[in-house]
Amino acid sequence: MRDLTNEIVEFIRRTSTDLPADVETRLRTAVEKEAPGSAARGALETVLKNVEISRQNSTPICQDTGTPIFYVHYPEGWSTRRLREMIRAALVIATKKSYMRPNAVDAVYDKNSGNNLGGEDFPYIHFEEVDAEAALTIELMLKGGGCENVGAQYSLPNNALGAGRDLAGVRKVVLDAVQKAQGQGCAPGILGVAIGGDRGNSYAKSKEVLFGKIGERNPDPALAALEERLTSEANTLGIGPMGFGGQTTVIDTKITGMHRLPASYFVSVSYMCWAYRRRKMTVLGEQVSYE
Amino acid sequence: MRKIQLPASDEEIRALRVGEPVLLSGVMVTGRDAAHKWMMETFIKKTRAPQGDDLQVYEELRKLLPGNVIYHCGPVVAGLDTKEYRFVAAGPTTSIREEPYQADVMKHFNLKGVIGKGGMGAKTLKGCQETPGVYFHAIGGAASYIAQSVKKVLGVYKLEFGVPEALWVIEVQDFPVVVTMDSHGDSQHSVIEAQSKQVLDELLAQPY
Ligand code: SF4
Repeated sequence: MRDLTNEIVEFIRRTSTDLPADVETRLRTAVEKEAPGSAARGALETVLKNVEISRQNSTPICQDTGTPIFYVHYPEGWSTRRLREMIRAALVIATKKSYMRPNAVDAVYDKNSGNNLGGEDFPYIHFEEVDAEAALTIELMLKGGGCENVGAQYSLPNNALGAGRDLAGVRKVVLDAVQKAQGQGCAPGILGVAIGGDRGNSYAKSKEVLFGKIGERNPDPALAALEERLTSEANTLGIGPMGFGGQTTVIDTKITGMHRLPASYFVSVSYMCWAYRRRKMTVLGEQVSYE
Repeated sequence: MRKIQLPASDEEIRALRVGEPVLLSGVMVTGRDAAHKWMMETFIKKTRAPQGDDLQVYEELRKLLPGNVIYHCGPVVAGLDTKEYRFVAAGPTTSIREEPYQADVMKHFNLKGVIGKGGMGAKTLKGCQETPGVYFHAIGGAASYIAQSVKKVLGVYKLEFGVPEALWVIEVQDFPVVVTMDSHGDSQHSVIEAQSKQVLDELLAQPY
């Protein structure tokens, strides 16, 4: 098993400093929808200038480099223990190189570890095994704190919103979450929604679904329709970029369904800011590629 | 676009109204959760005795802050080893967490404004009327862009709070912001919140 530490450092650099093309394209179309001279348009123009500068200078798109969330698909026979060591070592180097801000704070003793490592849980690394001949893939998402703080979980039925245990109820609580978030999560945002599960895995799935591409729809037509409907209805709220008011509040919605207990019906909403940093690296034999 | 050179006078601050874009230049200090809690407990409420270099830092802040602004920001900083600090990424952080402290901190240090994102609540809005002061909204996430307007890092206090939480003294030029809370009691945030609530209620009443 080869040492991939340097390749992972490069992977982290790209994730933190180079916004994926699908997100940038969507932001560019959003600019055109805002009135010339408006604060909303100014905000999006600044955001896009920032995207260019970050890419050119290899500096973080946002200073909050977030919780690093890794999803690793490893070929049978690879050591997850060693992969974990490489990822952690790479994160320390990436922090030294200022691609990442030291972001792990001990919640009990209020101490920043200084190197982005914190106990067993920081960074978050999820492993899945694949066939021995398959490629190793590592996906990374940087989930900032501002947008994480406006995420929400609802237990249905919710009487205050008149939300029952069906897709009609899901629609209501998701719209409520967007209205409550206002501009706090650096709108325009992307919504990750999980329906079902328990409290823990429901939230985890609502993030996992955010690894998908902008515009990619759920294969279930009913969920795909709800995804599109939520995006367009959220945009009638008038919250706009940064909450300045405007046309674009949400640029995409992704929903995933799970199984639940008969007694529970959770809807989890993860809000991702416009700085939607997520990338994938693939290792097959000697070949390493980044997308 | 209006330009303001810090420190700002009361007249300059009173002339600002919600919705106006402004370019700020001059010296400012970053401070967020740990800094606000520390200022409040140690110097304003005095529920905690000063320790270490607390009093020394306080004296420096008393010179730096009047007429100036505090920036809610946890930057990425290069040059930590050599102490030749340079801001690499420095966008705003969510301001509402400082709501319990902000009005008191503004008053105590005669701060003329706050830069952050997401806006603040009623207590700070009242503080803005009294001090007078304004809330400047920076563009959340525009970290590399804003870092370019930071020309120089003049110093740092309380680095033991961690790099994001320390108080960094910086010199900026043409830092782009929008006034979203002014000294006349207006808040863009409460307007948008009320309007969007009304639309939400209409959406919730629609059949699936
Ligand atoms: S919400 Fe996103 S863009 Fe905004 S400060 Fe946090 S990480 Fe940056």
